[in-house]
Amino acid sequence: MSERKIRVMVAKPGLDGHDRGARVLARCFRDAGFEVIYTGCHQTPEQCASAAIQEDVDMLGLSCLSGAHRYLFPQVAKLLKEQGADDIVLVGGGIIPDQDFQPLYDAGFKAIFTPGTPLDTIVDWIKTNVKPRS
Amino acid sequence: MFTKELLDQSSLLRQKWEDEVRRTIEKNPDLKPRWTTVSDLEIKRLYTPEDIKDMDFARDIGYPGQFPFLRGNQVTGYRGKYWTFRMFSGMGTAAQTNERWHLLLKGGQTGLSTAFDFPTLMGYDTDSPKARGECGKCGVAIDTIEDFLTLVEGIPMDKISTSMTINPPATVLWAMYLATAQIKGIPLEKLAGTIQNDMLKEFIAQKTLMCPPEPSVKLISDTVEFGTKYVPKWNTISISGYHIREAGSTAVQELAFTLRDGMEYVEDVIRRKGLHVDEFAPRLSFFFNAHIDFFEEIAKLRAARRIWAKAMRDRYGSTNERSWWMRFHTQTAGCSLTAQQPYNNVVRTAVEALAAVLGGTQSLHTNSLDEVLCLPSDHAVEIALRTQQILAEETGVANTIDPLAGSYFVEALTNEMEEKAWEYIHKIDEMGGMIAAIEKGFPQMEIADAAYTFQKQIDAGEKVMVGVNKYISEKEYPIPFLEIDDSVELEQIERLNAVRRKRDSRKVRECLDDIRNACKKGENVMPYCIEAVKNYCTVQEICDVYREVYGEYRDPGLY
Repeated sequence: MSERKIRVMVAKPGLDGHDRGARVLARCFRDAGFEVIYTGCHQTPEQCASAAIQEDVDMLGLSCLSGAHRYLFPQVAKLLKEQGADDIVLVGGGIIPDQDFQPLYDAGFKAIFTPGTPLDTIVDWIKTNVKPRS
Repeated sequence: MFTKELLDQSSLLRQKWEDEVRRTIEKNPDLKPRWTTVSDLEIKRLYTPEDIKDMDFARDIGYPGQFPFLRGNQVTGYRGKYWTFRMFSGMGTAAQTNERWHLLLKGGQTGLSTAFDFPTLMGYDTDSPKARGECGKCGVAIDTIEDFLTLVEGIPMDKISTSMTINPPATVLWAMYLATAQIKGIPLEKLAGTIQNDMLKEFIAQKTLMCPPEPSVKLISDTVEFGTKYVPKWNTISISGYHIREAGSTAVQELAFTLRDGMEYVEDVIRRKGLHVDEFAPRLSFFFNAHIDFFEEIAKLRAARRIWAKAMRDRYGSTNERSWWMRFHTQTAGCSLTAQQPYNNVVRTAVEALAAVLGGTQSLHTNSLDEVLCLPSDHAVEIALRTQQILAEETGVANTIDPLAGSYFVEALTNEMEEKAWEYIHKIDEMGGMIAAIEKGFPQMEIADAAYTFQKQIDAGEKVMVGVNKYISEKEYPIPFLEIDDSVELEQIERLNAVRRKRDSRKVRECLDDIRNACKKGENVMPYCIEAVKNYCTVQEICDVYREVYGEYRDPGLY
């Protein structure tokens, strides 16, 4: 039996439309051999969480550049937990000030990637830390 | 441009030089195999008269203030008036932004420019569940005309021009500006300013979305018609390439998609409103990015003026010189700035601003060094404004008009930008216009390709960003960080509720019904919007009517 591919979802919660990073990453993940679902902009935290559960993804990556990550990111983490889906690996990216990292880790985020991170660094991180869920 | 004798001479000398180049690089090879612009356009080692031999001086270059306006619209260049120093600003509440505006005006800024927060940009009130966490973060929060009155407190609206970066709810925010002027007793014909009001680039790049493309363009044509009749000094659309570029396009794509967007609006107003092109085209304005590749940007801006002049005259039969003018604002490239070693951003911004000036911009925003991390601090904004003032008044670049004209390289690159842009424009024509192209995802995917290629080149080290993939410092020097307190959201909701309590809710319903009817009948919504905002209808209440009548557009998430 061939090994299942890693399924990742890239999501844009909130009203922020800065989607260059999210779209570049979606394409990069596809080229890296992952199965990719990209939600498009303007998803509510509820939509992000339920889409991730319905699509049965192994990892959910949230992107936000507006500063609203402080509310939106933990909210998605909370919703996943409430629905028993906190085994989905949660990562975040965008313009995230250093002092916001720890609260996000505490909320359940496994990694935060900020501007300037090479694509390969993110792909390698996923290959090491995300396994297809059985 | 040149005599046959000169070209023969040039050709002979060139061959001799090429032989020497071959010999030299055998011993001393070039640093890299390809020399390209930031947009990956390959540049030759040297440009000569042969590269521009097909140009006709009068037809292709000419004089300032004369067709094809390659050398600028103004006959006196910057000597009569420097470009407008227009810094984009807005944060937190209307009162906080008003304070920043007074600071900028005191510092010598000559025009205002408003940044709204995401809920306002998308047509939601601060208390909408969709707005949670966003209030005041990336701009000022405006829910009702009460906020607007605070925003312009002490600003001489009849003397200073104001630009508002607002797109889906442009009719509403413009109505607030006009209603505020009326309340203050300022006649509409005295008002000068700009609303961005360019929805096509939202679908292509910026993604502040509300209704589908077709009705979005209808609302824009309403503003053009209203402005033409009642607010003649207002620029009703700022056709924007800035966001297209920030989303990762090349310079040529920015140029082509922006100008084709402009053509789409012209065609819609002519068809839908029955106006003659020369009745409204003089009030169309443009907005470009000034990216880090110095000559490519200058060439792009020069080409833009020539393409637009030709399009207006030859494609739309315009006979008014004012319609041929492409007037534009420029902003330095946010996407060229780095979070790493942020003080380097001052240098990048200065070079980009110089390119904008040499390209002949009418108005300029220079980014602050900290904008890649947060809203700009007072100090960072001051440095950015001073950068423009140093360029204008110390460096001498404003002394003479279009100083790079006649450069073999700059003219050849300008021609190349124009040719490549027309190829795109014709391709979009063949698709049935820009709305059809957007529905096919064409410009979106072209930009996605370019953005991905660039990122791959950065990761491979083929392109350099200092501090990011080369010359990385061990030690970072932290910068002060301006943050909008989360309490702003609660304050703003309280203000909104206070307005809701005091207003006449029967009147509010009537106003919204009037807008609904106007939408359904295809009437111009502007007079109804002005009435509605005067009666304290909120931004979202009016936008909900649009969403209800025209439907809601969702980002298809192409990548």
